[in-house]
Amino acid sequence: MALTAHIEEQARDASERVLEVDNLQTYFYTRTGLIRAVDGISFSLGRGETLAIVGESGCGKSVTALSLMRLVADPPGRIVGGSVKLDGVDLLGLDAATMRSIRGNQISMVFQEPMTSLNPVMTIGRQIGESLVLHQNLSRAAALERAIEILQLVGIPEPRQRVKEYPHQLSGGMRQRAMIAMALACNPKVLIADEPTSALDVTIQAQILELVAKLQRELGTAVILITHDLGVVAETAERVIVMYAGRKVEEATVGELFAAPLHPYTRGLMTSIPRLALMRGETKAVERLQEIPGMVPALTNLPPGCAFAPRCAFADDACRAQYPPYAEKRPQHWAACWHSDKLAGAIDG
Amino acid sequence: MAEPAVPVLQVDGLKKHFPVRKGLLRRTVGHVYAVDDVSFAIGVGETLGLVGESGCGKTTVGRAVLRLIEPTAGTILLEGRDITTLGKRALRPYRQQMQIIFQDPFSSLNPRMRAGDIVGEPMKLHGNVSRGDRRDHVAALFERVGLRRAQMDNYPHQFSGGQRQRIGVARALSLNPRLIIGDEPVSALDVSIQAQVINLLMDLQRELKLSYLFISHNLAVVEHISHRIAVMYLGRIVEHTDKATLFTRPLHPYTEALLAAVPVPDPKIRRTKRVVQGDVPSPLKPPPGCHFHTRCPYAEARCKTEPPLLREVAPGHHVACHLR
Repeated sequence: MALTAHIEEQARDASERVLEVDNLQTYFYTRTGLIRAVDGISFSLGRGETLAIVGESGCGKSVTALSLMRLVADPPGRIVGGSVKLDGVDLLGLDAATMRSIRGNQISMVFQEPMTSLNPVMTIGRQIGESLVLHQNLSRAAALERAIEILQLVGIPEPRQRVKEYPHQLSGGMRQRAMIAMALACNPKVLIADEPTSALDVTIQAQILELVAKLQRELGTAVILITHDLGVVAETAERVIVMYAGRKVEEATVGELFAAPLHPYTRGLMTSIPRLALMRGETKAVERLQEIPGMVPALTNLPPGCAFAPRCAFADDACRAQYPPYAEKRPQHWAACWHSDKLAGAIDG
Repeated sequence: MAEPAVPVLQVDGLKKHFPVRKGLLRRTVGHVYAVDDVSFAIGVGETLGLVGESGCGKTTVGRAVLRLIEPTAGTILLEGRDITTLGKRALRPYRQQMQIIFQDPFSSLNPRMRAGDIVGEPMKLHGNVSRGDRRDHVAALFERVGLRRAQMDNYPHQFSGGQRQRIGVARALSLNPRLIIGDEPVSALDVSIQAQVINLLMDLQRELKLSYLFISHNLAVVEHISHRIAVMYLGRIVEHTDKATLFTRPLHPYTEALLAAVPVPDPKIRRTKRVVQGDVPSPLKPPPGCHFHTRCPYAEARCKTEPPLLREVAPGHHVACHLR
């Protein structure tokens, strides 16, 4: 009896998880050597959930996204191991044609730079309609009608006029709306947004983030938000993964992560950014930002042991000798650090 | 910060209009009012933050102050001396007093020059330092900005982004300027590196009594580094005050909109946002009256026709809005 309940629970868990990534490894084979851009990443994504992946340039967050879409340029890159299961189907095992029928249909992506990711010689309407013609067998005319509806949904004024226009005729914010419209045209289960607002002004950024949240509520799409901006994370994500040098170093719910980061790198990120103290009604402004010394290591030349050790105040011989195990330090809160206990609850502010 | 008798930089009524040319004969068909009647002053050891979104004219203000582009109208006083109309030669000594740090540490350094030569070049161009002294001076600058002396012979590609920005800072410091204009100097850097460069700039200010015009779109960075802040929208300053007032009691609806839009890195404060709608209008055809009226939730009839003047509504607090 207890056993069947357990199995049922497992089955329900599985049906609530739309995406399961297990031990994903994406390597680049370059003249300067082997680069382990993504080195054994595992995570799952619930239906309708927003998961943020945070990290600095070169941490592997974008390559993770491209790997999920199977868009890593080969050569020099190759997905050498792991699995990416979308509703139980391993995308990494599919042939190219089957993958094409899923990409842009069940899983789609919004890129950072809307100007370079839209086709400049194709009207907005045709670009949005393209996936509908391919994946849903709509006629060109029907696809155009649907494109107009979607543009309306993403808040583009006069969509009937806009479908006839080219990307250069739209503003940056409007282009990003068009990109989102394109990504959502087939109502995908998973939307990957790679720095979707980093190229936009703050008032436009707020509009786009609000739009994504609204569409997510209405359509039930699960979102993977890739960003370096902790402000965006705090305001939009439910769960957060922090990456450093190709690996996951911490994972928790957004409230837990900001309240009690258990990896020194996460904590360093939080104390190194100006946190708008005055606006938040704090009287004592931070006089001096806390720096993380040094820089992100080159992936061709990672130190043995913990990759963050050379920049870490807590590092000792154990850190330099052996990579710390990725473990659940508190309920639903994982970190890869030998010294998490010293950090627990230690962040100020 | 006490206002000294003569500010390091005083800008009055600065305007920069770019002609828009069209057709075979390149006739002027209109103007972009990139900077439209901008005034401000910066005291010794003070940082003025200049914020606004893309196309608001903040970068043009910086370039015009340095006379890298020629202002259309207005005056620029550097330590009380009018430099607005000085010829190239007459301007040279004043150029030493004001330097710029650019946003992109990758494209603002000559890839074929050694880092030490890049930092030493302003001294070479402005003469009066012997070659040997120059090398010693460059070495001292390298150490001051947190680079190693041995790195002087390296080329820019051998440095990381943060280190390249340190080279940019060292180059700006090489002539002992009074004023440094930072045009988004940390925007291209990774989060963990940003703090290093911000701290460096603030340490240098304390030590050398430098004045900064800090141009940025990042409100959190501007809040941290500035003493006073001016907010620009489509070529005009809409609000200008000390940072505590700006962040706690903003008066202009556009400032309100900016503050409401900036994401706060604290999940405990998930604000119900009042997101301002619409795009920034084209600076080619700014709306008449108050430029912000097309997006302003409070706009009235006269906002659409009558441009508001920048008025001092409280001591040191300037706002350009009919309603405040």
